[in-house]
Amino acid sequence: MSVYDQQATRKPPISQIGAILWLRTNLFSSWINTVLTATSLYFLYLMIPPLLDWMFFNASFSFGTINFFGFDIKFSEEMATNSNCGRVGACWPYIYEKLYMYTYGFYPRTETWRPNIVFGLTALLFVIIPLVKNYKYKNRVILSLIVIYPIVSYVLISGGFGLLPVVETHLWGGLLLTLVIASVGIIVSFPIGVVLALGRQSELRVIKLFSTLFIEFVRAVPLITILFMASFVLPLFLEPGNNSVDKLLRALIGIALFQAAYFAEVVRGGLQAIPRGQYEAADAIGLSYFQKNALIVLPQALKISIPNIVGSSISLFKDTTLVLIIGLLDMLAMVGLTTADPYWLGRETEGYVFVTIVMWVMLYSMSRYSRKLELRFNTENTN
Amino acid sequence: MKKIILDSLGQSQHRGFNFRNLLYNNEARAFFFQIATLLIVIGLFYTAIGNLFENIEARGIHTGFSFLKNRAGFDILPFLGNYVVDYTPESPNLSVFYVGLINTLVVAFIGIILSTLIGLLIGIARLSNNYLISKLAGGYIELFRNIPILLQILFWYNLFINVFPHPKQSFSFFDLAFLNQRGLYLPKPIPEEGFLFVGIAFIIGIIAAYFIKKFYKKKHELTGIHTSTWLYTATLIIGLPIIVYLLFGSPLQFDYAILGKFNLKGGMAVVPEFLALTFALSVYTATYIAEAIRSGIEAVDKGQKEAAAAIGLTQIQSLKLIVLPQALRVAIPPTINQYLNLTKNSSLATVIGYPELMSTFGGTVLNQVGQAVEILGMAMLVYLVISLFISLLLNYVNKKMAIQGR
Repeated sequence: MSVYDQQATRKPPISQIGAILWLRTNLFSSWINTVLTATSLYFLYLMIPPLLDWMFFNASFSFGTINFFGFDIKFSEEMATNSNCGRVGACWPYIYEKLYMYTYGFYPRTETWRPNIVFGLTALLFVIIPLVKNYKYKNRVILSLIVIYPIVSYVLISGGFGLLPVVETHLWGGLLLTLVIASVGIIVSFPIGVVLALGRQSELRVIKLFSTLFIEFVRAVPLITILFMASFVLPLFLEPGNNSVDKLLRALIGIALFQAAYFAEVVRGGLQAIPRGQYEAADAIGLSYFQKNALIVLPQALKISIPNIVGSSISLFKDTTLVLIIGLLDMLAMVGLTTADPYWLGRETEGYVFVTIVMWVMLYSMSRYSRKLELRFNTENTN
Repeated sequence: MKKIILDSLGQSQHRGFNFRNLLYNNEARAFFFQIATLLIVIGLFYTAIGNLFENIEARGIHTGFSFLKNRAGFDILPFLGNYVVDYTPESPNLSVFYVGLINTLVVAFIGIILSTLIGLLIGIARLSNNYLISKLAGGYIELFRNIPILLQILFWYNLFINVFPHPKQSFSFFDLAFLNQRGLYLPKPIPEEGFLFVGIAFIIGIIAAYFIKKFYKKKHELTGIHTSTWLYTATLIIGLPIIVYLLFGSPLQFDYAILGKFNLKGGMAVVPEFLALTFALSVYTATYIAEAIRSGIEAVDKGQKEAAAAIGLTQIQSLKLIVLPQALRVAIPPTINQYLNLTKNSSLATVIGYPELMSTFGGTVLNQVGQAVEILGMAMLVYLVISLFISLLLNYVNKKMAIQGR
């Protein structure tokens, strides 16, 4: 009987493991792929270095005295003006100097604490809601928060009621205005959208006709025509001499009606996804129309449509930028306004890049969140 | 109404007519709610229209459409619409409407073609097994779909106006085309006598190619013999016009732009407003089209490809005959919806002054005439018609693409 020695295991060939294998399969698997990889690398080489040069290496970051949210920060003896920035790179001191405008618009500097509290409350809301997720009365807590939060925010931002000095709406601007329009738009349009969706599904012909007409008409025209309607024609529809509807309110009415039509279609999708048996069961146990919808249909339909509701809200957030066309000073409008300042002429590029970064970060995180929701609801439905 | 009352009587025979029964009768309720809605809507309209007339009178605004015949009296940025309508400041307001409409349609048309091309490219790249390409395509989608379209339009326009070089230092593409802050200068085609025949030859080529393809398809179905037709198609569509073109002695000349002392002379200038708008709209809409195409291809069952390979189809045949027809069924409806969105978004050109419908007619004319109801009504009607047209197209495509049940 011969004895066999165990041979030492050979190592896998170097081309079949680790980084080299990864490179071979993902970047150089065929000659076409190699060409594609080379082309994309060249493309990146063309795009990235000049961008980095402009944003960082050739950019001016600090000089002069910068007024940063009311605090003077001194970098050097030079003046903080355009001419001290190079022409080849970005001029970031312009952004520090105008950061207040980009955030609050013309909101009085002594009253800044009010929007700040609202920003804080908003952040707090996002912290509290996940915290109470397992609490027994979570629905009541969340519902009362949803009712209280807008009221408190409104009182804080606009003032009045004998509590705080009034800040007129034409002074609101920047990110503050963007957030106000987006949140008011969503909060107001959502109930209208639900009613319209129910109306469109209704068996009452007149109600169905009006809902369908409204939804289809609004969805067929661009938002800008509706904003123009709201700002030029709406005042003509009011009683003569009635000037209580200011520019911001008009824009908000236009945006809320516009968004309601889109929410209605989203909710209708949810309504149609509910099995027929649910409606019939609700009828069979003798629930009224109101009870049937409030207790059986809507809770299920709204839950299904949550990802699409978030998606539609994201579109609304993008659309808020359109208010600059009817002369409201949102964050995007601040670019034109601040570069009209003779000290900072011709710094539009920096402004647009800054607004792009802020908007992108907000919108990207929202879209990630909506995708997460979508995945969560998908797995629940496939079981 | 009579029927309802009689019904309620019928349900309570032993007590006769009963108001309570009427209140709880479903039909009666339905009737009541519909009447109430109708009354509320009519009431709202009545008040609003009444106020409208009062306000219009108080402000001294005219009514009616006679303003369409009045002299417009302002210049419009020269673009295609101006040349088609032959617009001058002396033209009536109605011409402004046509100029705007044409310019809107031009942007929509070119934007749709460009966004489809970019979308296809990015959608396929997203599914590539090349890691870098797929990630780049993903980055493109995430970057551009999360920036508001208005911001993108303003950004590209600003790039043109503030960053691109003066005409003297234009970017030159082999001295054929020039790009600078005044726009893109292309060679201007000047058709001479006989060029019409080249166009006719082109159309004849397409028709002939169609019939040849049909013939060989029939032959394939009858006999199973497959004939490749692409050579015939290419000869007919490209070759025939070239032959005619040469026969007539090259009846098409080009006027090239030439760099003068201060500016470019000659050629065909495409204004930066148009370029920035079309580019922004295409890049933005392409992200949605790419996602539609990606989800379409991903929706095709893996078994379909395997079955195609099992019956011996080549890679290209499998793609052409099995995968694409099924992928397109999923991808086309959302893509057509995006075409509608692109057309609606073209109205944002008012911020950069590209002379489309909402910036010329809904902007300048509205400011001069002040008849907001009529002007905005006309503009909205245009968009309504466009969207109705696109919905009809969508319905047609959906019907055609529906799975044929047997």
